[in-house]
Amino acid sequence: MAQASSDTAVRTGSATRFIIYTVLIVFCLYYLLPLYVMVVNSLKPLDEIRGGGMLSLPEVWTLAPWGSAWSTAQIGVEATGLKPYFLNSIIMVVPAVAISTLLGALNGYVLTKWRFRGDTIVFGLMLFGCFIPFQMVLIPMARMLGLMGLAGTVPGLIFVHLVYGIGFSTLYFRNYYAQFPTELVRAAMIDGAGFFRIFQRIMLPSSGPIAVVCIIWQFTNIWNDFLFGASFSDFSSQPMTVALNNLVQSSTGVKEYNVHFAGAIMAALPTLLVYVVAGRFFVRGLMAGSVKG
Amino acid sequence: MGFLDIKQATKSYGAVQVLQETDISVEEGEFLVLVGPSGCGKSTLLNMIAGLEDVSSGEIAIRGQRMNEVRPAERNIAMVFQSYALYPNMNVAQNIAFGLEMHGVPKPERDKKVQEVAELLQITQLLKRKPGQLSGGQRQRVAMGRALVRDPDVFLFDEPLSNLDAKLRVDMRTEIKKLHQKLGTTIVYVTHDQIEALTLSTRIAVMFGGYVQQLGTPKEIYDNPANMFVAGFMGSPSMNLFPATLADAGGTAQAEFTLKDGGTGVLPIADPAIVKHAGRKVILGIRPEAITDPDGADRNSKAIHQLEAQVEVTEPAGSDTFVVTEFGGKEITGRFRADVAVQPGTSHTFAVNMEKAVLFDPETEARIR
Ligand SMILES: Nc1ncnc2c1ncn2[C@@H]1O[C@H](COP(=O)(O)OP(=O)(O)OP(=O)(O)O)[C@@H](O)[C@H]1O
Ligand SMILES: [Mg+2]
Repeated sequence: MAQASSDTAVRTGSATRFIIYTVLIVFCLYYLLPLYVMVVNSLKPLDEIRGGGMLSLPEVWTLAPWGSAWSTAQIGVEATGLKPYFLNSIIMVVPAVAISTLLGALNGYVLTKWRFRGDTIVFGLMLFGCFIPFQMVLIPMARMLGLMGLAGTVPGLIFVHLVYGIGFSTLYFRNYYAQFPTELVRAAMIDGAGFFRIFQRIMLPSSGPIAVVCIIWQFTNIWNDFLFGASFSDFSSQPMTVALNNLVQSSTGVKEYNVHFAGAIMAALPTLLVYVVAGRFFVRGLMAGSVKG
Repeated sequence: MGFLDIKQATKSYGAVQVLQETDISVEEGEFLVLVGPSGCGKSTLLNMIAGLEDVSSGEIAIRGQRMNEVRPAERNIAMVFQSYALYPNMNVAQNIAFGLEMHGVPKPERDKKVQEVAELLQITQLLKRKPGQLSGGQRQRVAMGRALVRDPDVFLFDEPLSNLDAKLRVDMRTEIKKLHQKLGTTIVYVTHDQIEALTLSTRIAVMFGGYVQQLGTPKEIYDNPANMFVAGFMGSPSMNLFPATLADAGGTAQAEFTLKDGGTGVLPIADPAIVKHAGRKVILGIRPEAITDPDGADRNSKAIHQLEAQVEVTEPAGSDTFVVTEFGGKEITGRFRADVAVQPGTSHTFAVNMEKAVLFDPETEARIR
C-alpha cells in the first residue's frame, strides 16, 4: 500500500465491511433487547403488560413501579421495598471492596518487593484459593462465622467476601508490582522510608490503573453474589440480590411484573455506574505494563 | 582502620559465590572507584555497603561501627542509582526533599536545603516538574541532588553516567569531580568505564570474577598493573601484550621475540633484578605511548631502545597516529606524533621506553618482578 496508514488493522473491502457492521449491529440490538424490555416495562402500568406487547412503548408513562419497588413492595413477609436491602448491599460492598483491594495491594507489595523464603508457595496457595468452588466452603464457612459470632450479620458477609476477594486482588497487584522498578523501593529505603511509608508514598500513588481493575472486579462480584448472601444472611442483613429474589418470589396473588423489572434494574444500576465511571481506565489497566511508553 | 572498612566480606547467592573475600579500607574524603567488566560483582559490593544486600560473611564498618545489621536508612549513606530511580509521582523538589522528610527535617529547613542544592546543580527552574518531563542529563542531576541534600558520610554511585550520551558524560564527569573537591565527602563509585575510573578516583579497585584484582592509585594501576587482566583492562588503547623469552646478556636481562620478517627483536629489560628469570618465557607488556617514533620518545627516560620493524597499518587520530606492527606474533600499537611520515608496508624505527615495560607469567598471568 502506497499510503502510510496509522492504524494497524487489516484492510478489508467495503463489501466485507458492510457484512461485518451488519452482523455487529444485529448482535448489538440482540444484546440490548433485554435491557430495553426491562426499562420499557418498568415504566408501564401492569394492565398494559398483561394486555401483551412486551416490546411496545408505554401508552401511559408511570414511575409508580419504581416507587413501589424501592419503598413499598412486599419482600418476603414485610412490605419494605428494596430500600433497606439496597443499603445492606452498600454497607457490605464498600468495605469489602476497599479492604480486599488494600490488602491485595499490600500482599502484592510484599510478594514482589519484600520477598521471603517460600513466597512463591504462599502466592501459589492464594491463587489456588481463588479457584475453590463456592459451594465447597459453605459449611465450613458457616461454622467459622458461627464461632466468630458473625453469623447472619453484614460484617459476616464482608468477611466472607474478603476471604474470597483477597486471592484475586493479590494476583492483580502482584503482577502489576512485578513490573514496578525495584530500584525505586531501594532508593526510598536509603532515603529512610520504612515498609509502610514506601507502600503509601511510592507504591500506592503509582497503582491507579490496577486499583481500578481490581475495584471493578471486586465490586461486580460482591454486589452480584447470591449464594453467600442467601447462605449467610438473615432477614435484617440480606443483600440486594437475595431481596430481589424474594420480591419476585413472594408477591402474593398477582405478579407485578413492572415492579419486578424496576427492582431488577435497581439491582443492576450500581455495577453499571461503576463500569461507566471507572470503565475507561479498565482496559487501560488491563493493558498496563504490557507495552513500554 | 579507615573511614569505611570492608573486611573479608563475601557474598553468595545459594551455592554461587559472586564476591570473593574482599578487603578494602577507604579513608575519609577518598574517591574510590570500583571498576570491572559486567557481572564482576561491583554493584553487589556497593549494595552491600548500602545495606541493600546482606553480607554473607565478613564485615562492613563505617567510622569503626559495624554496619552488617544496620538498616540502609540508618547508615547515613546516600546513593545514586544507574536508572536514577526518581519517584515518578513526585516533582523534582519533592524528590529531593523526600529523604529529609523521612528523617524528620522540618519543612522550612527542607525548602532551604532543596533550594541550595538546586542552585548548586543548576536545576532551580526544574523544581516543579515531574521526572517524566526531564531529559536524561536533568534526571541525572536530580538524582545527584537527592543524594547531595542529605549530607551523608558516604556517597555511593552505581554507574550514574552510563545512560548519558558521550558529550554529556564527559561534562557530568567533570562536575562530579568538582563536587567531590568542593564537598570532600567520601565517595564509592561503580563504573565499567576505565577512563571514568582513571579520571575521577583517588584510588581504584579493579574487579574481575568476584575478586579485587588490584587496589591502588590510578597511577599505580596504570603503571604497575598487578596482572595481565588489569594491564589489559585499564588504558585505551589497551596495553600491548606479547610473548617473549628472557635471556642473560652479561648481567642484565633482555627480552627476545620474533618479528614479522622472521628476524629476532631484542629489548633490554631496565630492571636489573629480572636477570634471575633468564631462560623463562614471559609476556611483555608495553603501553602504546611507550612505543613511539625516535624523536617523540620520552626525554627523561634512561632506557629508550630503538628497533626496526615492519609497519602494517597506520591509524591517524588527530593529534597522534597509531602505528601497528607485530612483535612475537601479536599486533602491537605504537603512538607516533601526527607529523611523522610513516608508510604502511615499509620498515620504520620504533623507540621503546623500556622503563615502562612490565613482565607477566604466561601461565598465572601474574606480574614478574
Ligand atoms: N539475585 C541473584 N542471584 C544470583 N546471582 C546473582 C544475583 N544478583 C546478581 N547475581 C550475580 O552476581 C554477579 C555480580 O553481579 P553484579 O550486579 O554485582 O555485577 P556488576 O559488576 O554490577 O555488573 P554490571 O556492570 O553489569 O552492572 C553476576 O554474575 C550476577 O549474575
Ligand atoms: Mg551493576
